Amino acid sequence: MHLKSAYEIRDKYLRKDMLPTIFCPGCGIGSALQYTLRAIDDLNLDPDSMVWVSGIGCSSRVPGFVNFDGLHTTHGRALAFATGIKLANPDLKVIAFMGDGDAAAIGGNHLIHAIRRNLDVTVILINNFTYGMTGGQVAPTTPKGLRGTTAPYGQFENPFDIAGLAVSAGANYVARWSVFNYLQGINSIKKALQKEGFTLVEFLSPCPISFGRRNRMKTAPELLRWYQKITVPLAKARKMKPEELEGKVVIGEFVDRDRPGLVREYEAYKRRAKKAMGWEE
Amino acid sequence: MRYPFPVGKSDFIQGDEAIARAAILAGCRFYAGYPITPASEIFEAMALYMPLVDGVSIQMEDEIGSIAAVIGASWTGAKAMTATSGPGFSLMQENLGYAVMTETPLVLVDVQRGGPSTGQPTLASQGDIMQAIWGTHGDHSLIVLSPSTVQEAFDFTIRAFNLAEKYRTPVVLLADAEIAHMRERVYIPEPSEIEIVNRRLPAGEEDARLPFGDPYGDGVPPMPIFGKGYRTYVTGLTHDERGRPRTVEAEVHERLIRRIIGKLERNRKAIFSYDEFMLEDADVAIVSTGIVSRSVLRAVKVLRERGVKAGMLKLNTIWPFDFEMIEELAERVERIYVPEMNLGQLYHLVREGANGKAGVEPIPKIGGEVHTPMEIVERVVG
Ligand SMILES: Cc1ncc(C[n+]2csc(CCOP(=O)(O)OP(=O)(O)O)c2C)c(N)n1
Ligand code: SF4
Repeated sequence: MHLKSAYEIRDKYLRKDMLPTIFCPGCGIGSALQYTLRAIDDLNLDPDSMVWVSGIGCSSRVPGFVNFDGLHTTHGRALAFATGIKLANPDLKVIAFMGDGDAAAIGGNHLIHAIRRNLDVTVILINNFTYGMTGGQVAPTTPKGLRGTTAPYGQFENPFDIAGLAVSAGANYVARWSVFNYLQGINSIKKALQKEGFTLVEFLSPCPISFGRRNRMKTAPELLRWYQKITVPLAKARKMKPEELEGKVVIGEFVDRDRPGLVREYEAYKRRAKKAMGWEE
Repeated sequence: MRYPFPVGKSDFIQGDEAIARAAILAGCRFYAGYPITPASEIFEAMALYMPLVDGVSIQMEDEIGSIAAVIGASWTGAKAMTATSGPGFSLMQENLGYAVMTETPLVLVDVQRGGPSTGQPTLASQGDIMQAIWGTHGDHSLIVLSPSTVQEAFDFTIRAFNLAEKYRTPVVLLADAEIAHMRERVYIPEPSEIEIVNRRLPAGEEDARLPFGDPYGDGVPPMPIFGKGYRTYVTGLTHDERGRPRTVEAEVHERLIRRIIGKLERNRKAIFSYDEFMLEDADVAIVSTGIVSRSVLRAVKVLRERGVKAGMLKLNTIWPFDFEMIEELAERVERIYVPEMNLGQLYHLVREGANGKAGVEPIPKIGGEVHTPMEIVERVVG
């Protein structure tokens, strides 16, 4: 892949009047955004027929910075809004940019049902293991023992494996990377954007300010080094015992299949209805 | 266009069914909902009809998702609706506020049942009047209509879509279970007989630049729907005329909120609709809405027979509320009664409107039954 300069990508896709972004130094959201824009650029997708949807959180501010139609909604509800957008105008390509708390806590129900329906949407999920925007409370992804302001003695609950959840719920494409794995990340987004049905690319993304600081990783490089320690590529993980995988995060491409998406299913349903009424052969 | 029900003739149908048919004739092509008594039949009718008219009907995971999907659909240009009852309406409040803030046209039908909480699922109530007007947080305004017959359920649904499109606002159709489940003869017009209003779309690039401004001076900006190349950013955060988040400046917030409220407030007289009966020479006015108005009508006749100069004011619009009109009424009559199926929600509005010019007395009733005409008569003759 030929990598264009970041300036070129910025000038082509960002809303200049919205800059600078609200993101803290060292935040990984910008990287995930850049990968998404590079994927769009590489695929030569038409920005006029794309809509970016988001909920609430740092990650969800992304649609404001990119020059596309965008719907910045309520906390956790992005995929429900996306369902209306996509079904009412199937010609639109929908990207949902979401945080881990947004997607898996308050939005957990919408997430699993959007996946179950195989809603035609590409989710870029920023997993920073915390609630960034509200200042570092624990999220459903916070690894056990790590701290957040609402579990100051270390998280005592089990974390969600969002990618795993997406695979079981029936997504067509699911991959997880850290923002460190940029080539794999871009390639995954490209694949996701080209597929029908529900596709999700999760990024482990440094939040030095709200998360790192409370867990002895004050800077992005420290978080990236930690990611290197805790992530295990899928191929390797397959050979590891469950005990060895304790506390690790598997990265890679988890599923790539072609079940019919919701739009196609609904089109068929409409034909079925008209046939049942004797309106159509 | 082929319709899956007869048009241009009368039919004997339930209120819920009338609402669904009206929505389709009004141009609604997106419905998202979640089943709840006594609104489920609206959904069931939509599920039957929508695929046949190339529309969408989808059962969401909950009411939060339902109204969210409706807002999403509206931003693609579709006329969209959801329907629910009290508990589901409560769940929708956050996104109803989002629709107010983002000026998204939509119709939300709330068929009221007894509350609070899951209350009396199968029985009628008018307990959501305050929730409909004030349920979402923050300073805001929206439109609330209330039918008292199945024909009105049909007609007001069409009006609800037209008002939503005209003012770029959510409209709540507040029905009660009695209307929703009652069967009555309804005239279903031909499409050519129906006046349809469509939202103002931007005439071009320039027009789309200020999707939350006031380019026409009427407070209602054109709505640059998605997929047309306008690259509009829509946010529930306080935003400027271009839609950019501006969350800390008092002036930006004030300008936005005052325009959103103002666009309805300045058209209050046009939106506020009511019917009068024997009110011209009345000493006693009975103000009501929804199913209770049917009893009031009878009560007024009985009172007149007994020599009491009573009249009825039936409110078809509950918000924006014409307080002045009530004050004028209060100046003419000695006393105003407000029978309603709750402990006094409409009463608050009427009393505020009366402004001390006449005594205002509530006639509350809860438990699931509509006031009988005699209950109202007895309260009035005391
Ligand atoms: C209904 C509701 N509850 C709570 C909040 C407060 N809130 C704002 S952002 C946020 C969490 C964001 O965390 P996450 O989704 O992980 O995104 P991040 O900021 O980390 O990118 C919360 C709880 C809200 N805006 N709305
Ligand atoms: S709080 Fe964390 S997630 Fe939010 S912008 Fe800062 S670093 Fe990024």
